[in-house]
Amino acid sequence: MSIRVGESASAPSFQQAALALLDDTQLRRNVRHATDVITRKRGLVVGEQADWQALRDAGSAIKRHTLRHLDEYLLQFEQAFTAAGGHVHWATDADEANRIIVGLVKQHGGKEVIKIKTMTSDEIGLNPALEAAGIHPHETDLADMIVQLGADKPSHIVVPALHKNRQQVREIFARAMNLPDLGDRPEDLTAAARRYLREKFLKVKIGVSGANFLIAETGGVCIVESEGNGRMCLTLPEVLVAVAGIEKVIPRFADLEVMLQLLPRSATGERMNPYNSIWTGVHEGDGPREFHLVLLDNGRTKVLANPEARETLHCIRCGACLNTCPVYRQTGGHAYGSIYAGPIGAILTPQLHGMQHSQSLPYASSLCGACYEVCPVKINIPEVLVHLRGKIVEEQSANVESVAMKAMAMVFRSPRRFEAAQRLGRIGQWPFISGGWIRNLPGMLGNWTAVRDLKPMPQQSFREWWKQREKSNG
Amino acid sequence: MAETRELMLARIREAIAVQHGPELPLPRDYERQGSLSAEARVETLLDRLREYDAQIYEASSENVATTVTNLCRQRQVKSLVVPEGFPAEWLPAFGGMIPEGELDRKPLSEIEAVLTTCTVAIAHTGSLVLRHGPGEGTRRLTLLPDLHICIVREEQVVETVPEAFDALREYVTAPITFISGPSATADIEMTRIRGVHGPRYLDVVLVRG
Ligand code: SF4
Repeated sequence: MSIRVGESASAPSFQQAALALLDDTQLRRNVRHATDVITRKRGLVVGEQADWQALRDAGSAIKRHTLRHLDEYLLQFEQAFTAAGGHVHWATDADEANRIIVGLVKQHGGKEVIKIKTMTSDEIGLNPALEAAGIHPHETDLADMIVQLGADKPSHIVVPALHKNRQQVREIFARAMNLPDLGDRPEDLTAAARRYLREKFLKVKIGVSGANFLIAETGGVCIVESEGNGRMCLTLPEVLVAVAGIEKVIPRFADLEVMLQLLPRSATGERMNPYNSIWTGVHEGDGPREFHLVLLDNGRTKVLANPEARETLHCIRCGACLNTCPVYRQTGGHAYGSIYAGPIGAILTPQLHGMQHSQSLPYASSLCGACYEVCPVKINIPEVLVHLRGKIVEEQSANVESVAMKAMAMVFRSPRRFEAAQRLGRIGQWPFISGGWIRNLPGMLGNWTAVRDLKPMPQQSFREWWKQREKSNG
Repeated sequence: MAETRELMLARIREAIAVQHGPELPLPRDYERQGSLSAEARVETLLDRLREYDAQIYEASSENVATTVTNLCRQRQVKSLVVPEGFPAEWLPAFGGMIPEGELDRKPLSEIEAVLTTCTVAIAHTGSLVLRHGPGEGTRRLTLLPDLHICIVREEQVVETVPEAFDALREYVTAPITFISGPSATADIEMTRIRGVHGPRYLDVVLVRG
C-alpha cells in the first residue's frame, strides 16, 4: 500500500520552502489581503451568532461520536446509498481510488470530465491519473480553473488561488482562453469563466466531485458551494463519480443543521454560501442516471488509531485555521509542500504519510493557539502538533540515542513543558546571539537556523501574548 | 473489491478499538426555536436576501400574477419556464411562458427565466429551500436560466436553520437545494461577484396574507 498526499513526499522542508517564498512580496501581499478580508468577515458573522460555542460543541461531539462508531455509520451509509440506486466503492489508497475512477470514466467512453472543487481528488492526484489515461479533467471552480490554467498549485483549501491577484488572473485567462482584450475587473474575469465553461457543462457526460458530508441515515450526499458550477456538475452529466474520505460521514440528516451553520460562517464569512445541494442516490428525471461514490482511506485509519491525534479527522475543511495562522499569513500555502496547508495541513499531512515524510511540518507553527480558537469543530491543533513533534523527536532519538533528543521529546509532548522550556530558552539563548540575531543553534534547531536567521525569542512568547490578550478581552 | 471493503472495515475496527474516553451524550444546546415576531422574521429574511443582492417584491395572494407579469416586463424577459404543479392562479399573463413539460420546444439553456415556489425559507441565513417538489421544478430548471423568480409565502418563513430542518423532515431523501442569493464567487481578491455559473439574478416575491 502506498499513501500519497499530493506530491508532498518529494516536497522540500517547510523551512526551505518558506525561505524562498518569504522573498515573494507580491505573493505575501495577496495572501495577507485575502486572509484579512475573510478573517474580518468571519469575525462579524460569528460574532452575531449568539449560540456559536454551543454549535461548536455540538459539531465536535457529532464528529467524535461518528468516528467512534465509524464502521457502523459507513455500513449504514452504504446500505442506504445502494438502496437509492448508487454504487459504493472502497479504496485503501490513492492509487486504488484513481484506478476505480479512471476505470469508471473509461467504461462510459469518457474523454473528458467536469470537476467540482475537491481537495480529496488533489490529495490522490486524480488529475494526473486521468490525463495519463487520455482523459481531460476540466476544473470548474473559478479558483481551481485559475490554478489549472496557470499550471500552478493550490495554496488554500477553500480559496486555492488566493495567492493570485486580479491582474495575474487576467493574464492566465487571457492566454488560456485566447482573449487578448480581457479586462481585469473581477466581473470581467467571472464572465469569461462563465462563457468558457457553459458549453462544457452542457456537453460533457461525466462529472467528478468530492463531498462535504455523507449522511448515514439516508445515504445522502451534501455539497456546499458558491458559484453554481457544483450544481452544474451534479445535475447535468449522465454519470457522477464522487470521492470522499471515510471521515466525511455524519449520522443523521438533521446533523446538517449544525454543520451547515458552522461551515459557511467559518469558511467564507457568510451567513450561508449561495448553494447547498443535498440529495440521495439517483432521481428519476432529475440529475445523473448513474452515481458512484468512492470511499477513501489513504492513511485515515492510521490517524484514527491514534487516540491523541484522531480528532484531526473532525476537520470539515473550512480553512479558518489557515486564515488566522500567523505563520500561514506570512508564507502562504505553497511552503507546506502539501495540498493541505496551514495548521490543519501541518497535522494532517505528516499523519497521513505515517511520519516518514513532511517531518518539518509540525514545526511550522508558533503554537499560539489561534487555530484552535477559530476551529468550528474544536480540533486542538496545538496539542496535536506538540504530540507529533514528540513523536518525530522520539523516532529520531531512537536512531541517534541522544539524551538531548529524548529530553526534547518530553518537552514537546506537553504544552506546559514546552512553554517552560521557551521561558528557559530566553534565558539560555544569550551565548548564541550576535548583533541581535541568533546565528547558530545547537541540535535539531540548527537545521532551521542554517536556512534562516532567527530573531531572538521575544521577552513574551506569542503563546503567552495570546493568552494575555484573551484574558484582557475577557 | 469485496476484499478491499473487508480490509478497510477491519482497519477501522482495529483503530477504534484503541482507547476512548467514556461516551458522553451529544450536547445540543444551540438555538432551535427562534424568538422573533412573524413580522420581524419576514423582515429579517428580506434584509438578508437584499444583502445577497436579491431583488424583493411584495404581493398579496390576489396579485402575485400581476406582480410577476410586471417584473418580467420590467426585466424584458422574453422566455420563462414554469414547472409542473405551479399554482395556476399565480401564472403571469405572459406570452413567452413555457411549461416544463414542453421543454423540447426550446433548450433550457436558451430560456431566460424560471418561476418557482419553494418549501421553506430561513430568515436567519437568508435562504430559500427547494425540495424540487410540485411547483419547484427539477434541479437544472432553477440553474440554467439567468433569472430565478421564487415565490415565498409568508407562512413558509422560519427563523432558524434547525426549524428549517424540522420542516424538511418528510423530504430527507428528496433532492434539496438551499439557495442563498444569486450565484456568486469571492475567489478573486475575496470580492463577492454576483453570477458565475448559476442564475445571475434572483427575484423573490413575498406573498402576504
Ligand atoms: S482544522 Fe478546524 S479550522 Fe482548520 S480547516 Fe479543519 S475545521 Fe477548519
